[in-house]
Amino acid sequence: MKQKKLLAVASQGGHLIQLMRLKPVFDRYDTSYVSNHYRDGMGSKFSKVTDANGDEKLKLLILFVQMAWIMITKRPDVVISSGAAPGFFAVMLGKLIGAKTIWIDSIANAEELSLSGKKVGAFADMWLTQWPNLVQPSGPQFQGRVL
Amino acid sequence: MIFLTVGTQLPFDRFVEAVDTWAAKHPDIEIFGQIGEGDYQPKHIKYCAFLDEQAYKQEFDKASVVLAHAAMGSIITSLIESKPVVVFPRKASLGEHRNEHQLATCRNFEQLDGCYVTYDVEQLYKTLDDVSSLKAGSLGQFANTDLMDSIESFILSDS
Repeated sequence: MKQKKLLAVASQGGHLIQLMRLKPVFDRYDTSYVSNHYRDGMGSKFSKVTDANGDEKLKLLILFVQMAWIMITKRPDVVISSGAAPGFFAVMLGKLIGAKTIWIDSIANAEELSLSGKKVGAFADMWLTQWPNLVQPSGPQFQGRVL
Repeated sequence: MIFLTVGTQLPFDRFVEAVDTWAAKHPDIEIFGQIGEGDYQPKHIKYCAFLDEQAYKQEFDKASVVLAHAAMGSIITSLIESKPVVVFPRKASLGEHRNEHQLATCRNFEQLDGCYVTYDVEQLYKTLDDVSSLKAGSLGQFANTDLMDSIESFILSDS
């Protein structure tokens, strides 16, 4: 059987640190990484995207186009992200091209899901929070923490 | 050495000034700060506005204790690298961030081993006065296996 293609996406900083703690899983598949900065452990399959947050409309547009291009060229079977803006676009676009999508909301959001984490629920096949108190029947589930 | 970081996005003068003030009374303890572009100019610690990833890692590695704003990256990195981390949250009510998520982070992390949350300057001074007794938590390099197992079964499931 052909190895599944994973696309692991996170913005730099805490989101990326959390995502990379799942590396043992990534290493068992054909995984490509997307972030704003290269980080040790990603290997040769890395795509850089622009750094954008919710306030920067033009940058978000650029990010969206970059992510759409990555999605079309990489055709991942699975998209997985811990946030924030790049991950949201990746999960949304991944869903559109028929990939399985996984969202792990950042452990920083302990009392409320992140903004992208709320909106992403419509596109995430596996929608996870790292805090049991945020679990909802039709909302995110808790399966453990990256810590 | 004590490493102070306020992240790269916003300055955090209240924190930097408090650490500098404490440092004035403890000249024997070396402190290096990555303090962003604030107005306050420290007089008693070494500092720079920003460090690139490599320089950051170098300073971080040298540290026996980390002082950080309540950002997940700084906290998790400290826990992973087995360094005690003293956390001082930004307050949106003081214009230090867009919302109060750093306070929420603190409330949830204050029980964790190796994570010392200080909500105000007095508490920060008190914790720093005992800096040599702070202990690191223990945390592996990777996520817990339950989480990785459920993600992997999901990846392998048919639907």
